[in-house]
Amino acid sequence: MNGSHKQKDRLVIHMIKRDTISKPKEWGIRLIAVLLSLIVCAVVIYLITRQNPAEVYSGIIDGAIGTKRRAWVTVRESVLLLIIAVGLVPAYRMRFWNIGAEGQILMGGAATAAIMIYLGDKLPKSAILPLIIVSSLAAGMIWGLIPAIFKAHFNTNETLFTLMMNYTAMQLITYFIVYWENPKGSNTVGVINPATKAGWFPKVFGMDYFLNVLIVVIVTVVMTVYMKYTRQGYELAVVGESANTARYAGINVRKVIIRTMMISGAICGLAGAIIVSGASHTISTSTAGGRGFTAIIVAWMSKFNPLTMIIVSVFLVFMQQGSIQIATQFGLNENASSIITGILLFFLIGCEFFVNYSLVVYRERKED
Amino acid sequence: MNRKFISLTLSAAMAVSMFSAAAVQAVDVSEVKVGVIYVGDENEGYTASHMKGIQEMKEALGLSDDQIIEKTQIPEDESCYDAAVDLAESGCNIIFATSFGHESYLFQAAAEYDDIQFAHATGTQAAAYTEAGSTNVHNYFTAIHEARYVAGVAAGMKLNEMIENGDIKEDEAKIGYVGAFPYAEVISGFSSFYLGAKSVCPTATMEVQYTQSWADMAKEQETAKKLISDNCVLISQHADTTGAPSACQELGVPCVGYNIDMTAVAPDVAITSPSNSWGPYYTEAVQCIIDGTEIPVDWCKGLIDGSCYIFPVNEKAAAPGTTEKLAEVEEQIKSGELKVYDTSTFTVDGGKTLEEAIEEGGDFAQYADYVSDGYFHESEFRSAPAFAMTIDGIDSQE
Repeated sequence: MNGSHKQKDRLVIHMIKRDTISKPKEWGIRLIAVLLSLIVCAVVIYLITRQNPAEVYSGIIDGAIGTKRRAWVTVRESVLLLIIAVGLVPAYRMRFWNIGAEGQILMGGAATAAIMIYLGDKLPKSAILPLIIVSSLAAGMIWGLIPAIFKAHFNTNETLFTLMMNYTAMQLITYFIVYWENPKGSNTVGVINPATKAGWFPKVFGMDYFLNVLIVVIVTVVMTVYMKYTRQGYELAVVGESANTARYAGINVRKVIIRTMMISGAICGLAGAIIVSGASHTISTSTAGGRGFTAIIVAWMSKFNPLTMIIVSVFLVFMQQGSIQIATQFGLNENASSIITGILLFFLIGCEFFVNYSLVVYRERKED
Repeated sequence: MNRKFISLTLSAAMAVSMFSAAAVQAVDVSEVKVGVIYVGDENEGYTASHMKGIQEMKEALGLSDDQIIEKTQIPEDESCYDAAVDLAESGCNIIFATSFGHESYLFQAAAEYDDIQFAHATGTQAAAYTEAGSTNVHNYFTAIHEARYVAGVAAGMKLNEMIENGDIKEDEAKIGYVGAFPYAEVISGFSSFYLGAKSVCPTATMEVQYTQSWADMAKEQETAKKLISDNCVLISQHADTTGAPSACQELGVPCVGYNIDMTAVAPDVAITSPSNSWGPYYTEAVQCIIDGTEIPVDWCKGLIDGSCYIFPVNEKAAAPGTTEKLAEVEEQIKSGELKVYDTSTFTVDGGKTLEEAIEEGGDFAQYADYVSDGYFHESEFRSAPAFAMTIDGIDSQE
């Protein structure tokens, strides 16, 4: 039974976790991902619309930065996304899955709107802005504190809890709108204090959104320092790595969870004030507008690195603003922009696989 | 001598420049740019009817595609302000926004661009802004209650047919109405529809249910089914999708649509639809920009100007003779012989005439200015509907 000797070659792909990767290589992979995603987008655009992709891309650029006004809107939206991502970082470092940014933003926004509506004409302008900032911080903080207490003391699932808090916040806003709607019967609050502009961020150096940028820069710098160089920042990172290790090292885990979520919620609440007081001058259930979720992507894609977060925020907003323009210019609807953003995210998140793993292809000789 | 001459020329020049600043500038047809902000897109009836109006304006005035910038799916929040500012910066001479909740955001942008005209459909605030000094804000709407009344007559005739055939008893002639929001626009709409039905079928009653959304296909379908299970024998709507008619087709209940010819989804049961026609307004407003004349602060026209109409009657679903009867009613409204809100045709507050109720004061007193010569002067003082009272025979619950 000494049968024939069969030999077969076959290709085998092995997935190997990289120990280290050089910076140029890491960024090279990401660059390739961006280029590939742009090519795929171009193909998709062409197949759907039969438009020249180059024109569509120039439409995107035009929409994002084509005029001074558009560039400012892009900046305004980018810094908003950034501050929310910055707010989420401490929670995620601690492995506390805060997906409740939407709710925290809404509560901060609601506090801001309430002050603008009830105290707008009663307080001097110099007092109203500090009051708005403090109240929005407090409102967001409370919204972050509630799930943190339950997590710290009863070990409840924070993912579900923070998600539910979003819906609660949304219902509260719907309730407030009944009292604040203007004009009656419109079911919207409309522009608050359009004549007096009480509680609106003032123009600084002639720029509408200078204050928005300034606040976000300050918060980003302070939080970067907090995370990197303070004892508290270190503590929360240890809790994130292992709660038991933290306990062994004498860290009061409950206290760290509560404290961190208060900070995280407060920053998201402040983002609500920036939206209401500094941009929209109104409140609605769409005030947060999904930014609380998009910011999660920003934080994770950037691996919590503040500089990367800036780049990612700008990039996402750039595409979003750009796609609004191409929707108008080429008669597409907004879904076209969602497709493009989706393709980009797919590639950008997908490429992290290649940053973390290398694929090795070799021939395996098999004998039967 | 010389100095005197200079100062004379200077003051003359000043006078001329002041004069030209006060007058509205005419714009050449080829230079006109029109911006439009839609709440939905071509897949939703209300927006589709506005798009059709813009298209008609474009053809009537001979504008080219790149003279019109249309932004679709702009929600009723600050996005509307951003969209309006963007259109202003793109060089538009006139900017339209189509949804009720767009108004304050559109007018916020208007305050920043004095030399651009801003017009808002269905809104109510332009007059107040103008009183406060604005010169560039406008409201427009159609007298859609006239077309709804006519469509209501078709519904009433269908009810009569069902009574004659013995399908229902006289006191079972109940209409179900799928409304969007409890706003004046909707209330005025179903009241006129009901009065139209009642004018031919005196025992008609109506139940209204709200969906709290302008366009929610599933909700409208579900609400129509709920009304039918509440013993409504005919369905109409003030909501933008084909949800209600598709439910009616499924259950074999006659229906009257809105803005769209519903025979595509309900070929056996859809009788007709009242609809707005925005072409006349858009053409008139843009013509004003070209001529440099002023656009009315409040604009409202109806059947007689072709700003609202009803779709051709579906003979398969309607009672015999409907087309002829409707043409007759339409003529009566156009000639002014028939008033939709004739106060002798309805009562309020459990049996009082509207005049009596106003006399008594309370909630009805607010309508004092609107009622004279035996009818409610809808759409005559402002373009948006004002008739927001519940009349006897209609059961509306929020």
